[in-house]
Amino acid sequence: MANPFISKGFFGRRRQPDAADRLPPGQYLTPDFPVLSAGPTPRITLDDWTFTIGGLAREPFTWNWKEFTGLPAQTFTVDIHCVTKWSKLDTRWKGVSLELLLEHVDLDPKAGFVTATCYGGYTTNLPLPDIVNGQAFVAYEYDGQPLLPEHGGPARLVVPHLYFWKSAKWVNGLQFMEFDRRGFWESLGYHDRGDPWKEQRYQGD
Amino acid sequence: MRTTLEWQIATIQSIQVETSTVKTFTLAVPSWMPHRAGQHYDIRLTAPDGYQAQRSYSIASEPERQGVIDLTVEWLEDGEVSSYLHEGLTTGDQLEVRGPIGGYFVWEASMNGPLLLIAGGSGIVPLMSMIRHRAKTGSQVPTRLLYSVRTPEDVIYDEELRQRPAFRDGLEIFYTFTRSQPAGWTGYARRIDRQMLSEVVEPFGKEPLVYVCGPTLLVESVANQLVQIDIPPARIRNERFGPTGGTQ
Repeated sequence: MANPFISKGFFGRRRQPDAADRLPPGQYLTPDFPVLSAGPTPRITLDDWTFTIGGLAREPFTWNWKEFTGLPAQTFTVDIHCVTKWSKLDTRWKGVSLELLLEHVDLDPKAGFVTATCYGGYTTNLPLPDIVNGQAFVAYEYDGQPLLPEHGGPARLVVPHLYFWKSAKWVNGLQFMEFDRRGFWESLGYHDRGDPWKEQRYQGD
Repeated sequence: MRTTLEWQIATIQSIQVETSTVKTFTLAVPSWMPHRAGQHYDIRLTAPDGYQAQRSYSIASEPERQGVIDLTVEWLEDGEVSSYLHEGLTTGDQLEVRGPIGGYFVWEASMNGPLLLIAGGSGIVPLMSMIRHRAKTGSQVPTRLLYSVRTPEDVIYDEELRQRPAFRDGLEIFYTFTRSQPAGWTGYARRIDRQMLSEVVEPFGKEPLVYVCGPTLLVESVANQLVQIDIPPARIRNERFGPTGGTQ
């Protein structure tokens, strides 16, 4: 990429050369797991928790906590990348793939986009091709433990190939739509898709 | 509004030492556009071999101050970008920046209040933009700032917060010094807790507009305690600050 500007006297630290090919442009590694939320952490009891797939589906489908955690789950280890520039490698989760959840509904062929909805009111939009083929999960364990509320528990979306604001915390449903509709951060200037490898941070990137 | 945020080359107009670890960089921005108080800019550093590092920094200046922005930056021991800014730059040097960015952790005079601003350490920076904006627009919105710092020497913008009378027009400031206090100090001297929040919010009733900015643990704990004292979650806006700062 042509970039004529060189920062005078800057050479960079690059303390993790081994990880260099796993870091998207402009990202740096962090060993901790920062908590970034726009508002207070919602507290949801497992008795009240539900997850619903709706919108462009013939019949909406709703699971309660017991039903949801009874679904076949996967353990997966992925790198995550936050738009605020930190990346964390080899994070370990347990959850259900969206692929598997979609087997429970009859999706309208017109469905091209999805809005994830959450306890607390957060939303984010995703193109359908980004959530199929085992690329996206609803996770309820992190590092072998129940997911903490500040990290999105009881359950959060994990879509590791996109910037982490797409991995909506406190998720309670997916609404399928024909057209893209911007979510919380997307309507405040953040990118509609958010591919870290293309550095799609903000609208227009 | 621009549809794309372009990188541009800003020039350092001045550097102000705020505390032993904090400096404010005043940057002349060629394609300057007014920000909303609370927003940030991204800085990108590029090495001769093409290696790049980026970080976000909150804007401290008010949008009424045209053509320039103040970015107040805390030096971090492991900070690849903050240490370059602190140690490598002088007046007249250039920096690649883009912004303004972010649209939730913002306050404009038209949003009214009453306004409760809660800062931990360098979390004061975006709140200072709001305070300056409030003063510049002559806003009468009742405002309280609760500012938690370790020692009196760590107070950023100390002189300005003390001395500019326009600031104090309907603005009350509460400090809590968590490690050491000035001689004869009778104010708060502990971490922000529920009791302290209840006292500071008391005259504002149950519906103040609250902005919380600071290190992760402070923000998480303060936001939870605000909910416990019945402040509606929708009235509380958080911004995290520190080595890995940013939002969700």
